Amino acid sequence: MSEKYDITRRQFAKAGLAVAAMPMFYTKGVWAANDFTNNPGSSSTVTLGFNVPQTGAYADEGADELRAFKLAVKHLNGQGDSGLMNTMKPMNLKGNGILGKKVTYVTGDTQTKSDAARASAKRMIEKDGVVMFSGGSSSGVAIAVQGLAQELGVIFMAGLTHSNDTTGKDKRRYGFRHFFNAKMSGSALGPVLKDEMGTDRKAYHLTADYTWGWTQEQSIQETTEGLGWSTTAKVRTPVGAGDFSQFITPVLNSGADVLILNHYGKDMINSLTQAVQFGLRDKQVNGKNFEIIVPLYSRLMAQGAGKNLQGILGTANWDWQLEDEGSKAFVKSFGTEYGFPPSMAAQTCYVQTLLYANACENAGTFYPPEVIRQLEGFEFDGMGNGPTEYRAEDHQCFKKVLVVRGKANPSSQYDLLDIVKEVPRSEVEYDASIFGGELGPYKV
Amino acid sequence: MDSILIQLLNGLDKGAAYALIALGLTLVFGTLGVVNFAHGALFLMGAFCAVTFQKILTISKKVLDPSITYFDAYIEQPYLELWFGETGLAVIDWAVPLSIIVTIPTMLLIGLAMERGLIRHFYKRTHAEQILVTFGLAIVLQEIIRHFFGANPIPTPAPDIVSGSAAIGTWIGLGENFVYPWWRLIYLASATVIISSVFAFLHLTTFGMVVRAGMFDRQMVAFLGINVQRKFTIIFGLAAVVAGVAGAMYAPIVPPDYHMGMDFLVISFVIVVVGGMGSVRGAVAAGFLLGILQSLASMTVVSSLLPGIDQIIIYLVAVIILLTRPRGLMGRKGIGE
Repeated sequence: MSEKYDITRRQFAKAGLAVAAMPMFYTKGVWAANDFTNNPGSSSTVTLGFNVPQTGAYADEGADELRAFKLAVKHLNGQGDSGLMNTMKPMNLKGNGILGKKVTYVTGDTQTKSDAARASAKRMIEKDGVVMFSGGSSSGVAIAVQGLAQELGVIFMAGLTHSNDTTGKDKRRYGFRHFFNAKMSGSALGPVLKDEMGTDRKAYHLTADYTWGWTQEQSIQETTEGLGWSTTAKVRTPVGAGDFSQFITPVLNSGADVLILNHYGKDMINSLTQAVQFGLRDKQVNGKNFEIIVPLYSRLMAQGAGKNLQGILGTANWDWQLEDEGSKAFVKSFGTEYGFPPSMAAQTCYVQTLLYANACENAGTFYPPEVIRQLEGFEFDGMGNGPTEYRAEDHQCFKKVLVVRGKANPSSQYDLLDIVKEVPRSEVEYDASIFGGELGPYKV
Repeated sequence: MDSILIQLLNGLDKGAAYALIALGLTLVFGTLGVVNFAHGALFLMGAFCAVTFQKILTISKKVLDPSITYFDAYIEQPYLELWFGETGLAVIDWAVPLSIIVTIPTMLLIGLAMERGLIRHFYKRTHAEQILVTFGLAIVLQEIIRHFFGANPIPTPAPDIVSGSAAIGTWIGLGENFVYPWWRLIYLASATVIISSVFAFLHLTTFGMVVRAGMFDRQMVAFLGINVQRKFTIIFGLAAVVAGVAGAMYAPIVPPDYHMGMDFLVISFVIVVVGGMGSVRGAVAAGFLLGILQSLASMTVVSSLLPGIDQIIIYLVAVIILLTRPRGLMGRKGIGE
């Protein structure tokens, strides 16, 4: 008997400490160390970083992202009409900032260059003390700053990035993407291409020579070959080539009857304009009308491409003309504030900011590992894309995808896209393991 | 065969743009001794002369869409169409060719203002200082354009009648796949006319003779009682006009955006160096040569054998030419030295 209860003073002290600590296991975020990067502590404010292209080819898109971020901050701080905070479900935001701290922000210029974006993000983290940063209009940039986010332990809520690699082989625990990806574009486009162009086609790819172009080319090729199409050629083009004539002319003699432009922004506007100049849209090959497909495009690009985009199929993450409550609330809020409708880049940036803020409220702390756990597997609705889930395995949001077509007879200067189909989430989902990659640790 | 011919045409077309920019650049260097990094911005401003002219012609009556309440969404109907019907629409359709009429005096004024207002203060400074100030000016000009027109490219189409392609293959019996855009052919023809006119101006007029003499020995020409400086100022204006017209006519080929001047700048300098600093003939020859080589290098058969060759061919040729002919293709002793 005596031996059974024979404990030393040291063992007694250890047991006492363990018992004292026990209730704390059941208190959310209690182990959130105070020494995490940029812990706002007792400060009355918390700072977010908005890293967007303010110069360079995507400056217009960056400006729209910044407008959305500012609107999100306004709504988080309880000003304005609260935007999507009226429609988001479930939601823990109270309109008093994040965890009672007023939200402030700093901005940076990515210049759509990986090194400039990393330098800007580093400055935000090390000098401005941001607890989260967001934005961007390029997958190359997103992947570069996502790596930095993991290194420095600050969450990155990606802006516009469509490469499979962002949440595939280059995914990171500290990076989250609301925007859809190339794989989802392919899955969404496939059935529409089959209906409109049949199963016997020859495709010629012109592809921007960087991560986004490569993965989009691969995903669209898989889709089209799955339909029975063959791939005539895949030609890589330098980013910012300007004149694409030397890449377009070989298409004329290739025997292909479909040109797939894996280009975005200015490159897409230029290559499409020149493809039309070379008469590709008026051409008949293999007894069929020659077709051009632009798998990813936005309203801002449609403005630049003008009439050339009319009738051309592609996909989009979101469009201001959607009729659901979330989209209507966001268009009202953004349109009233700025006098024009938001772009899809703006929508994703706004939603990302609210999602991060809500995750902090749910976690009860800014401690990144806790916030990450709240975002992983989070299911929500009312944000403009229908029921959505942040998949835990790769931090990719799954929601419906839009198949769009350049509108032939616009009713206004913003009415440039026809929504051909809202493809449900179930049709664009895929196994997270197909792209490989490791998320990495929660604690860094 | 026809694919080689099409790439040859592409090269000539690309070369025409390079030659037009490099022509002005080398003229300015040969006469004023100024390394003008703002020359690409003159090409940009020419393109935006066309854009502005098109915008003026399409000033519209705005008919609001009543179903949109949070912002002003409207259909635009140009006043020219409202007032003059089909004639008004035809004028709008011909905006780019018509804009040349406005571009020439505008660019001349811009060129003269640039030379008198800024460049002349740097004649006696080092090339490094000239590069710094003109590069700074180029950035200022492009940012002004971005402020007023945004960063997105602006569609500036060619007239409908020349917006399609010419069936060259059918004409010469090479099949229907050999087609080439009408506007690019017009661009090539116009470039030939402009370059020939500049040559004629320099070689067949007294003014041109004085300028050429001044390029060789400025002091000697001045001793003869000729105001060389004034003539060189006019040459700067002429270079601005050539670059501006090249830019305006290029607008339907690549929709203009604020950065297009910089896209051409570096390559134009390479062309000037390859052609021979200050050599007008050299600049034109090098422009066409490098344009053609770049196009041929991007042919599938070539790029599959040597991946990425289309990206480096210009610089590779520049290195080879400078190693074998240090003054460039047609550079002569005494100019730019």
